[in-house]
Amino acid sequence: MNEALLSLRDVRVWYGARLALDIPALDLAPGEVLAVIGPNGAGKSTLLHVVAGLRRPQAGQVLFHGEPVDPTHLAYRRQVALVLQDAVLLDLSVLDNVLLGLRFRGLPAREARGRALMWLRRLRVDHLADRPARTLSGGEAQRVSLARALAVEPEVLLLDEPFQNLDAPTRAALLDELGSLLRETGTTAIFVTHEQTEALQLGDRVAVLLEGRVRQLDTPERVFSAPADEEVAAFVGVENIIPGRIVAFEGDLSVVQAGPHRLEVAAAGAFGEPVLVCLRPEDVTLAPADAPWAASSARNRFRGRVVRVVPRGRLYHVTVDCGFHLVAAITPRSLQELGLACGQEVAATFKATAVHLLPRGRRAGA
Amino acid sequence: MDTLLAGLREAIRLLVHLDPAVVEVTLRTLQVSGTAACIAMLLGVPAGTLLALSRFPGRRVVVGLVNTGMGLPPVVVGLFVALMLWRSGPFGRLHLIYTPAAMVAAQAVIATPIVAGVSLAAIQQLDPRLRLQLLGLGASRGQMALLLWWEARRSLLAAAMAGFGGAVSEVGASMMVGGNIAGQTRVLTTAAVLETSKGNFDLAIALGLILLFLSFSVTLGATWLQQSGQVER
Repeated sequence: MNEALLSLRDVRVWYGARLALDIPALDLAPGEVLAVIGPNGAGKSTLLHVVAGLRRPQAGQVLFHGEPVDPTHLAYRRQVALVLQDAVLLDLSVLDNVLLGLRFRGLPAREARGRALMWLRRLRVDHLADRPARTLSGGEAQRVSLARALAVEPEVLLLDEPFQNLDAPTRAALLDELGSLLRETGTTAIFVTHEQTEALQLGDRVAVLLEGRVRQLDTPERVFSAPADEEVAAFVGVENIIPGRIVAFEGDLSVVQAGPHRLEVAAAGAFGEPVLVCLRPEDVTLAPADAPWAASSARNRFRGRVVRVVPRGRLYHVTVDCGFHLVAAITPRSLQELGLACGQEVAATFKATAVHLLPRGRRAGA
Repeated sequence: MDTLLAGLREAIRLLVHLDPAVVEVTLRTLQVSGTAACIAMLLGVPAGTLLALSRFPGRRVVVGLVNTGMGLPPVVVGLFVALMLWRSGPFGRLHLIYTPAAMVAAQAVIATPIVAGVSLAAIQQLDPRLRLQLLGLGASRGQMALLLWWEARRSLLAAAMAGFGGAVSEVGASMMVGGNIAGQTRVLTTAAVLETSKGNFDLAIALGLILLFLSFSVTLGATWLQQSGQVER
């Protein structure tokens, strides 16, 4: 644990009687980007404020380079830099805004100016250097805010949903560039978001924060494909969570009785154990009810009726009632080809390997 | 009606010819009230800022006291300062009673809560995320306060205006601790009171006009400064 750059130990924050944050242990390795995801009110910003030294936790310790520190202390705060959801720029020029952190640290004027301009250039807003900050667009302002934080070359960069209020194209571009900048500079960062795609794209690891607790801390792939418990699964967007019970084993496969059906899943469990079958909508395919069983590895095929079709981004989420509800994400093209409408009979299939099995009722990290 | 017209005519003559007595009283007024307003800014702005940024038990009571202080009756302040500076009072040895310094002290006591109250409101009106952002970039408390003042500069100008306005327009305290001594502690307000009581309405009107002009131009100048920074949207 000594190689951790930043560690939290038994950190607790109460708002009145409510325990808003409860982190027994959290370690941040040098150069790592930790994405913290969770719904609103889960304690994400509180966690970030503790690490930024803006809020003193009522209990626990913050270790920096293995040494206990008071994070509200100026010396510590000058090792980190914070980017907020909205670029909070001062009524100064763009350049003067980027100079703030450097001036706080007493950098010689020439050096500070050079560094500020360099970071404005890296975020491709150097042409705005002399503009009053209040005349910038949202995207430009957030670029300036990022340049301002990166210019102090912090040991830990703290990002609090920095792209939340930007339009989709701006967000995508900026996310991409920030990812490259973090990798190039090897900056250690904590990135708070409630957008899973952002977490997937930026995070080396993802911490799922629910009700103030880290429920899962894992690689993005693991968090999204193997959520630690029911609530994590529900949050990360595994829409199909079907309760069942393991009733048999066939080779490597477990057979789960769920409602009237038997599901074959490529996951281990104990005989008779109540489980939750987790399945992402993208992994469910739909076919006409009378279509021949295609030669595929999809072991599970259920007939049912379409009960709901809702657009979700560029896809449609189709809910099929086949004894239990199964949600499939399909393209507008497939929707048209299948001519799907409510009440229509379809066959839903998914692979045994697409399923993630959770023991029912367990709660990770609690 | 005749009195008024005659008074106005005489007042304009005094002003146009820069009557030495009038000029002297005006300059002293500017000096005393200006100094008082400066002292009030030096004390009131940090106090208002501190109060806006800190959380402690009893804070609401203190805020309530400051707001009450914004309307301190000048006569009560005059009495208090007079008692303090009286020859037998705690600061009697300084021999300040009936000097301009005593008037500065009294006016500063009147103006400081006004400045503190307006500053408190000004800092509280700032985006609360501004503090988080400044601290999150490594600002010390002092650096943060300076930048918050910069962001609130227009409201703080209003605080200065209000402080000067409160100082220059009061008469009770200046009378009590200054004594309205000609050539020493006579200011526009005390002079106007005296001349009115003597029936010298022309001089009183002239003094009143200057007083009006003073507060009007200070307010106008500050308002102009305040508006000049605004972007038309």
